[in-house]
Amino acid sequence: MAEIPADPLRIIERFGPHLSAMTGARLSTSVEPDRLVKTHCCFCGQQCGIQLKVRDNEVIGFEPWEEFPFNRGMLCPKGVKRYLQGSHPDRLTTALRRDPSSASGFSSLPYGEAIIRVANEIARIQQTHGPGAIGVLGGASLTTEKTYLLGKFARVCLKTPFIDYNGRLCMVSAGAANKKAFGIDRTTNPWSDMVGTDVIWVAGSNVAECSPITTNYIWQAREQGAKIIVQDPRITPAARTCDLYLPVKPGRDAALFAGVLQIMIERDWLDHAFIDAHTVGFDQVAAYCSEWTLPRTAEVTGVPQRALMLAAEWWGTAKTSFLFHARGIEHHSNGVQNSLGTINLVLASGRIGKPKSGYGTIVGQANGQGGREHGQKCDQLPGWRDISNPEHRQYIAGVWGIDEQELPGPGVDAYELFRKIDRGEIKGLLSICFNPKVSLPDNAFVTRCLEKLEFYAAIDFFLNDTAWHADVVLPGSLHEEDEGTVTQVEGRIIKVNKAVDCPGDAREDWRIIQDIAHAIGRPHGFTFTEPREIFEELRVASKGGVADYSGVTYEKITQQLGVFWPCYSEDPRTGVAIADHPGTPRLFEAGSYNPVARGSGPFYFPDGRARFNVADYRPPVDDASDEYPIYLTTGRVVSQFLSGTQTRRIGPLVKQYPEPRIEMHPRLAAKLGITDGEWATAETRRGTITLKAQVVTTIRPDTIFIPYHWAGRKSANQLTVAAQDPISKIPQYKVCGCRVRKADGPPDYDAVLEPQQ
Amino acid sequence: MAKPDYLHFFIDPNRCIGCQACVQACSECDTHRGESMIHLEYVNRAESVQTVPVVCMHCDQPTCAEVCPADAIKRTGDGVVQSARKPRCIACGNCVVACPFGVPEVYEDRKIMMKCDMCYDRTSVGKKPMCATVCPSQALFFGTREQIEQLRPLSAPVNTFQFGHQTITTQVHIMVPRKLAAVAPHVDVTAAMEEQPRNRAVSLKMVGTPAAAHGTAPVESDPFAEVEV
Ligand code: SF4
Ligand code: SF4
Ligand code: SF4
Repeated sequence: MAEIPADPLRIIERFGPHLSAMTGARLSTSVEPDRLVKTHCCFCGQQCGIQLKVRDNEVIGFEPWEEFPFNRGMLCPKGVKRYLQGSHPDRLTTALRRDPSSASGFSSLPYGEAIIRVANEIARIQQTHGPGAIGVLGGASLTTEKTYLLGKFARVCLKTPFIDYNGRLCMVSAGAANKKAFGIDRTTNPWSDMVGTDVIWVAGSNVAECSPITTNYIWQAREQGAKIIVQDPRITPAARTCDLYLPVKPGRDAALFAGVLQIMIERDWLDHAFIDAHTVGFDQVAAYCSEWTLPRTAEVTGVPQRALMLAAEWWGTAKTSFLFHARGIEHHSNGVQNSLGTINLVLASGRIGKPKSGYGTIVGQANGQGGREHGQKCDQLPGWRDISNPEHRQYIAGVWGIDEQELPGPGVDAYELFRKIDRGEIKGLLSICFNPKVSLPDNAFVTRCLEKLEFYAAIDFFLNDTAWHADVVLPGSLHEEDEGTVTQVEGRIIKVNKAVDCPGDAREDWRIIQDIAHAIGRPHGFTFTEPREIFEELRVASKGGVADYSGVTYEKITQQLGVFWPCYSEDPRTGVAIADHPGTPRLFEAGSYNPVARGSGPFYFPDGRARFNVADYRPPVDDASDEYPIYLTTGRVVSQFLSGTQTRRIGPLVKQYPEPRIEMHPRLAAKLGITDGEWATAETRRGTITLKAQVVTTIRPDTIFIPYHWAGRKSANQLTVAAQDPISKIPQYKVCGCRVRKADGPPDYDAVLEPQQ
Repeated sequence: MAKPDYLHFFIDPNRCIGCQACVQACSECDTHRGESMIHLEYVNRAESVQTVPVVCMHCDQPTCAEVCPADAIKRTGDGVVQSARKPRCIACGNCVVACPFGVPEVYEDRKIMMKCDMCYDRTSVGKKPMCATVCPSQALFFGTREQIEQLRPLSAPVNTFQFGHQTITTQVHIMVPRKLAAVAPHVDVTAAMEEQPRNRAVSLKMVGTPAAAHGTAPVESDPFAEVEV
């Protein structure tokens, strides 16, 4: 039974989050490291290169890695302090079992026993209720090898269709839109292409806090003459000095793009030659946009007509340009349409597939890209193959040595998986590096579902808030304790290197997955002895797919400091083997070949042409209304990462932004009678939260902002709505109706909880 | 060893995104492990996200050293002004009061003044200071004049400052936007929502003509005159 086994305060007391600070060898200046290990940051999708200082099997500090081309030594505060999570007092070094008789709710058990328990419970549930009664949830921070193995494990060993991953909460809207428009889902250009471009349009992306290194590329482009357009309900640090700021109302992005495209059509700021030669569907889009007159667009979006005109003019008349977007426009029940709206602007301008002209979606999690290419997404098989396509199934079944009939069909998205738990269809859950109790919207529902599970096993290296509900916790590996590959924001495959060994009974995650497979009695296909072997199989599995990694080797990654996919092992035109394919930094270049178009054009459709899609504006589900008149939007702060499982344990990062606050404009604050630093209560149809107010002019007066990294009573996702995009199934984190009032006093939790808890 | 004299430190507050990577990285530097010597200041968080990183400017004639009664603050031959020397410093705080940039700090528990040493352990062996290496917006930059001219055509380095009657030249340079290139920062969302933005221009006085640093584009001596704050 997956109810929390003890008072949450007792669990926190034992398992944290406690703060790690610089002590011992990490503080001493006289201690020299044994070696420096070149690897990457464990947090965001930019995957900065970093060197870890290692001494006596402990990471004691870092040294910038200035040769790595993406970040050239630059790091954000999370990267700087990431080393403090190794040797952390909260680190799980033994397996745990749920034990209500123990004060902390858990007691240790030997690793072997834990594995047998997990295997037995899975077998028991599957025998009684069928293979689909077990769900698997993966993480987009795992290496590609691990995600590949997890996808294979769910389908081959557990035979369940129900696997999905937390990338579902990240950028699936962008991914779906990319596939609809280009037939492939990857940022089109390396970031270095930004420098030298005429215009950069940043839509719904707080780059300074969520992808800090990208800021340098933008600033550098500005120095070379680029005009910067930022579209956001808040003046983020990147918006502060942009040339044009579009203060869009949360959830109105598709309308904004339609309105801007309409101006471009009216003024004929279009690349007709490109549209005619390389796209289909422009006429329908143009017909749709004709409804979006300037006054109507301004009214719906809250952006003045003058600013819309200027945006259209700059974008429409530029020679080169770069547009990228992130969760701000994607985290919506209309997220795919919003993303398609940006793509329509790009295609209408014809500025894609060329140096200095590109389009990108900013990956949030470490391996948001690689993690969704190789089979932990509910509808995908490795290499971006479609689980519903008989040919694709045949190929992967061949690689996995099973019969195609044995492969399960498509599953459901991560949120739907919880609804299945709620309905009693899924009875057992295995999760790895996923903390849905903090990261999913309307998390009271998630908690109720966890309580309904017959059996829940979690793999993680800290006891995250969701794992409190687990029957068995298996101690997994930290980033620096394993090797493998990750695909970062630009589509560059990089290699994470092992710096230290797992402590105590902790194991590399891929070993744990294989140990379970063995204990279940289906070891076939799970006998890898190192990540490299998994990668070798993945190369074969991805060969011929859209995400073709077959020409990538660990050695090539190290030599080239990363390889952009697709990277072929044989010439896709002739089938002749090639050993030295360098990878593909820029997609859609004139004359480029892809296996889908087979020479008909650069885009990944049989006719080689990109698709214009009508990007339909729909108001958000649970929009601001009379009853809930204010827009609530959520997002990140620079020093915290995702659900805070790691960063809320790193002392210096917590100090930087110790607790969530409700950001509001002075006009709104005055109306509500709230002053800066006072306790305020925000309420939506799902929940209530009381936090201190931060009164700033850098947010729309009709909107409040709450960062979402904290758990329990401070979790912003108590408020957010689980409305999902019908295509991508991404939840609508970025807007819902809310009301705010001054709190009567400090909330109860203030007296007991540490800021990070 | 000394800091190579062709390498300079440049600060561009216009680029700063307030991430505090510099602050976190500074506390990793071997000379003062665990303690950060950078101050990151919000100019006025209620009205803007503008932040300013403050490091020691390494004055050519350091006021801090001039007022130090114990002669504890030394300037090395390569122009780097060091933290107070341990046996000499009496923690009187004169330097704290005297420094025109508000840099030194007396650590009461240790009874000593500590401040940014421009990562002397690193810069003296040809490496960059920690903060300038990691700064993700490169608001802090360490390199040659040629590099900065190539990388920042829209701004020019200034290292002469006027405080009352005192003219100070420093080893550290502040990047100042050339007049035409200065972008008025966005400070209040409502200004961008309405047709008529507020017009509150405040002019800041600057000395030293950045034009000399760059051949083209004549620059007036008041580069912030157009900046709306
Ligand atoms: S969190 Fe992202 S930006 Fe920060 S250091 Fe890590 S990879 Fe780089
Ligand atoms: S900036 Fe202040 S502390 Fe630094 S050298 Fe000048 S006077 Fe001394
Ligand atoms: S690291 Fe750079 S951008 Fe970040 S706060 Fe420091 S100076 Fe500003």
